[in-house]
Amino acid sequence: MRREATIIIDGKEATAEDGSRLLWAILDAGIWIPNLCAIRGVEPPHGGCRLCWVEVEGPAVSKVEGPAVSKVEGPKKPVTSCTRPVKDGMVVRTRSEGVDRLVRAGFEMLLSTHRLDCRVCPGNRRCGLQDIARLRKIPLRGKRLDKIEPDFPLDESRPELGINPNHCILCGRCVHACHVEVKKGIIDYVSRGLRTHVGTFDGAPLNTQGCGDCVRCAQVCPVGAIYLRKRAAD
Amino acid sequence: MNEFGVKKARANFDRLKAEAAKATDALRGGARVLVGTATCGRSAGAMAVLDAFRREIEDSGVEARVLQAGCIGHCYAEPLAIVSRPGEPSLVYHHLTVVTARTVAKKLFLEDDPCLEFLLGAVDQSEIFPTLADLPRFGREQRRLLRRCGLHDPGDIMQAIALGAYAGFVRAIEIGPGKVISAVRESGLRGLGGAGFPVWRKWDACARQSDHERYIVCNGDEGDPGAFMDRTILESDPHAIIEGMLTGALAIGARRGFAYVRAEYPLAVRTLSKAADDARKAGLLGNNVLGSGFSFELTIAQGAGAFVCGESSALMYSVEGKRGMPRVRPPQSAERGLFGKPTVLNNVKSLASIGPILEEGPERFASVGTAGSKGTAVFALAGKIVNAGLVEVPMGTTLRELIFDIGGGIPKGKRFRAAQIGGPSGGCIPESLLDTPVDFDALRAAGAMMGSGGLVVLDEDNCVVETARFFLEFTQAESCGKCTFCRIGTRHMLDILTRITTGNGRLEDLSLLDELGREITDGSLCGLGKTAPNPVVTTLRFFRDDYEAHIQEKRCPARTCRDLMSYYILPERCARGCDACVGSCPTEAIYTDEKRRIKVIDQALCVKCESCVLACPHQYDAVRRISPVRDVPPSAPKPQKKA
Repeated sequence: MRREATIIIDGKEATAEDGSRLLWAILDAGIWIPNLCAIRGVEPPHGGCRLCWVEVEGPAVSKVEGPAVSKVEGPKKPVTSCTRPVKDGMVVRTRSEGVDRLVRAGFEMLLSTHRLDCRVCPGNRRCGLQDIARLRKIPLRGKRLDKIEPDFPLDESRPELGINPNHCILCGRCVHACHVEVKKGIIDYVSRGLRTHVGTFDGAPLNTQGCGDCVRCAQVCPVGAIYLRKRAAD
Repeated sequence: MNEFGVKKARANFDRLKAEAAKATDALRGGARVLVGTATCGRSAGAMAVLDAFRREIEDSGVEARVLQAGCIGHCYAEPLAIVSRPGEPSLVYHHLTVVTARTVAKKLFLEDDPCLEFLLGAVDQSEIFPTLADLPRFGREQRRLLRRCGLHDPGDIMQAIALGAYAGFVRAIEIGPGKVISAVRESGLRGLGGAGFPVWRKWDACARQSDHERYIVCNGDEGDPGAFMDRTILESDPHAIIEGMLTGALAIGARRGFAYVRAEYPLAVRTLSKAADDARKAGLLGNNVLGSGFSFELTIAQGAGAFVCGESSALMYSVEGKRGMPRVRPPQSAERGLFGKPTVLNNVKSLASIGPILEEGPERFASVGTAGSKGTAVFALAGKIVNAGLVEVPMGTTLRELIFDIGGGIPKGKRFRAAQIGGPSGGCIPESLLDTPVDFDALRAAGAMMGSGGLVVLDEDNCVVETARFFLEFTQAESCGKCTFCRIGTRHMLDILTRITTGNGRLEDLSLLDELGREITDGSLCGLGKTAPNPVVTTLRFFRDDYEAHIQEKRCPARTCRDLMSYYILPERCARGCDACVGSCPTEAIYTDEKRRIKVIDQALCVKCESCVLACPHQYDAVRRISPVRDVPPSAPKPQKKA
């Protein structure tokens, strides 16, 4: 049963479906907050980019099975809005010292392992990272963390699209598109730790894997990690 | 399940129990040798000892059964054997070899000589022999979880039943699911996998779901470096886990369960599979368990070799055949877990606790422990400790008692430095906090956590910065890569720590480590990431001097960080004539000082492999580690080779 919930976002009243994820309520209210991995309607959400932080007051979610650290979480610790269910009477703040601190930290971390060659990057000017840097005024070249230059090989075995994991932020949109939308399952996460990247089984070239020409993965990529090669050549 | 089913189950179980008692009485009537053949025993050579006992007993024609048992927790004394003869006290022999095993078998059975020189003690009180109870650890230990470990053959279900297995489950059938949950609630049992979440609340939440297809899962994916509690229980008393899962399934209304066991524990997988087969044959698993009308099928799933698969949601994905990556909450597993169905996931130790709670009543379980943490805790003592092994103590025992009284303290008279508790998610506890009781909340307040029960003791020769770096290297490499903070943040912390341990640290690194630690704890998706900075954060808090010494003085207080130390041969201790170190050096870095005829290390050639330290005869003990490097006294130059 759908129930409308009334919540307050940055002092403005908004309505959303009770139990739906808070991020969409915020975006629907016309307030932009950083987000890279969330896909509307996908449950459970990916929750990997860790950028859509907000502060929530008001009715807490009942915890059935909490992780070890649940007790340390105070009521006003920032939470990721893509994972938090909407509850009637919620009071949400999208900007605060705590929120900005985590957004900046997460963004700096992503950029510290991101190959910063925007000028020649196929994702230039339609890049989720550039948007966040511009709207939140966070420098692309953070000083605090050392750069860990990524050195993954490119896969340009297909004429339509290429994969450059050196730009990838592991939002998982392409994996979702390939597995759930087009039901092919050709690309997936590979390896672990900082070597984690999106690729094919055993690193085989894409053109040997039965990849069609749907190019859905390139369409959903928020950065320039999977890209249409025609556009790259323009 | 109806009244008729309950009665039938009781009758069937009583028959089974009588059968088991008869079978074990027959066993107990004769002489028998129980050799500890869990992984700890096997790695010390227990299979050869087992074989030696078998051959000697066969050769001498003695009537005695030689059986394989699990581990009784004295891993430091392996291989161990318990020898019992009718009318005599059972005796435990330790550090056996093929030769001593044959000697014991021959002398004890043929000449009635109890071989006191190999004896650890008698199992029960005895006037003639020293007893195990006289050992300091036994006075403080309370074996409940480990009650049957090492005392029976885990491959024989009859022995387990004779020692009390499945009695709690049959009691659960009699009282019904609702009362099972309230009994677990009254016992105060908290999840022993580390987080300490009340077990009954998971069960209760799952039992309340509207979906009737439910699952119970056993988490046996023990991955902490230095922890081996779950492995020992799986290998030594698998029926305790099956009983716990049956009881849990009855309580929540599950008909199917999965036991997820690390593939790196092949013996545990084999033992549990065999136990499940035995239970199935005895009518304790499968359709219509004991005729009660309740059905439960258990599948054993092997881990895929990732540390993160011990996280509950990642474990469930792994069981489903997907990549083990944690997912966001809510929904909790009790609502939508394995295959999207309500699921309860419990640790091996939590499940092994269930049997006695129902059999003996929750009051007895709750009678030991602290206000917030009831029952006992199992610890795997490892590292620089005299009596390494598995101990079970009541909650509330202090770490000091655990390390010094039960564990026997630090070997070779070295000084205690820190206790790393809770594995890569836990923290380093300094000497000043050793009186912290073993309790979920007290340990968390000290910055560590109970974790699954690994306890690694560090002495003065262990560098705490290097220890923090080691654990972070582990979590960093085992990060599933899903979320930004854990994947990238921990790597930055690791890079900084590597910089410090190689002498390139900067003072501002310490505040950066602190900041990153807090950000990763606040920002990560799952428990692995949230707790990954703990080893660094706690060492920074308690051992800041060590960090500063590394950075400012380029000195490693424990003299172990290779780039900050050198080996040096003390001239006054060197035996001069002895060439042991010269021969051991792989790079020919050691030469003889022409004038004084002492041995000298050429620091430019030395690769710090420590071979000379090991080669130098004990009575001279001349090779020393010196840190910082600039403190190494100058030596005479290497003589030029004559042309």
